[in-house]
Amino acid sequence: MIETFNEAHSLLLQGIQVTVKAALLSIVIGIFVGLVSCLITVARIPVLKWLAAAYVWVVRGTPMLVQALFIYFGCPDVIRTVLPSFTVTPFIAGVITLSLNAGAYLSEIFRSGIQAVNTGQIEASRSLGLSAFTTMRKVVLPQAFKITVPSLVNQFIITVKDTSILTVIGLKEIVNMARQHVSIKYDYFETFIWVGAFYLVVISALMVLSKFVEKKLNYDKKG
Amino acid sequence: MTKKVKVSGLRKSFGKLEVLRGIDLEIDEGEVVCLIGPSGSGKSTFLRCLNRLEESTGGTIEVDGFEISDKKQNINKVRENIGMVFQQFNLFTNKTAKANLMFAPVQLKKMKRAQAEKRAMQLLIRVGLEDKANSYPHQLSGGQQQRVAIARALAMNPDIMLFDEPTSALDPEMVGEVLQVMKELAMDGMTMVVVTHEMGFARDVADRVLFMSDGLLVEQGTPDEIFSAPKEQRTKDFLSSVLKV
Repeated sequence: MIETFNEAHSLLLQGIQVTVKAALLSIVIGIFVGLVSCLITVARIPVLKWLAAAYVWVVRGTPMLVQALFIYFGCPDVIRTVLPSFTVTPFIAGVITLSLNAGAYLSEIFRSGIQAVNTGQIEASRSLGLSAFTTMRKVVLPQAFKITVPSLVNQFIITVKDTSILTVIGLKEIVNMARQHVSIKYDYFETFIWVGAFYLVVISALMVLSKFVEKKLNYDKKG
Repeated sequence: MTKKVKVSGLRKSFGKLEVLRGIDLEIDEGEVVCLIGPSGSGKSTFLRCLNRLEESTGGTIEVDGFEISDKKQNINKVRENIGMVFQQFNLFTNKTAKANLMFAPVQLKKMKRAQAEKRAMQLLIRVGLEDKANSYPHQLSGGQQQRVAIARALAMNPDIMLFDEPTSALDPEMVGEVLQVMKELAMDGMTMVVVTHEMGFARDVADRVLFMSDGLLVEQGTPDEIFSAPKEQRTKDFLSSVLKV
């Protein structure tokens, strides 16, 4: 075990960096995309609401593996017919895929959270003279966020794990690096235990963080 | 006397169902008006039209000199002067009692934080809940929550208050404390429109009682006129079913 670690650790560490970077970036962009898509849906903005619905439908309705291949190999081919010198790195294509994916699911998570805030509070806020926008921002969203923390963290965990799918487009994340290592050393058992341990550590940290945040946010629930 | 509310020919339909079928009403400044009537008669809908929580489908509504039914009217501005109290209290559950009171004045830049806090404490004292300033809604009883809700509406210094069955969701022993606050408000000269099933309150506090049924104002008069000598058969039927307990 230790031997494998010593031999593989520089490769694995490089992979870990890419995995963490790709996951973090995708979560941040995904939150933004999801929030925009969700607000468009909730506010029923004409035309845009159809786009948002189509986006969520396509992303949820197709495997991420297919999306990654399509974005990395498919799209650049089409773009190159106009811009012959166009290239995209696996990292950028991978982050686009993951962000779009997380965004679609987060959009639905946010929507369920917003709808869980009771309309009475919205009416109370409006009756005091606050605009629909301020009401959404100051009354609904903070409470919706609280309701959705467990589902949000769940989605973050999925995004972290989904980075491994990006191996197929050549992203040098931890699984890809591990496969490079075992193709020379053949120590599959030990290597993939280390890889698995890495995911466990990262995701456990996320879970602990989630429990902590939930506790912090529940100040108004306990007596 | 200035008219605070002028409603004429007000109609409201939900799809095919016509809930308000032409209502005319004027309310004076400082007047306390109680709306009574069987459930489904359109009382709450009428009240909610007064601050456009419900969009009317016909007629005109003028509150405080502002044409509420005019689509171009900046409704948020008008609502600042119309306080509303709901059956289910509708406090912001993630804010303390004091923060509930400070929220609108601070957000709408009516007051600085410190000033809003001072005002919030004054109002909490007024409703007898100064010791609950830092409590969250779930830590308060229904009656306390409703008193905070009244104080929250008052924090914007409205010159008219709408009450939508403010005691209907309360346990019986908490009705009194809320009615007491409302009574004091009425004595201070607040213009109030109250949808209520509390006949005792209507009799004691109202300047005028309106009886609504099937989307129409069937009868109105002083509490004495309505409770002791109702003229319309529907009013008599309703009162005898409510009062004969």
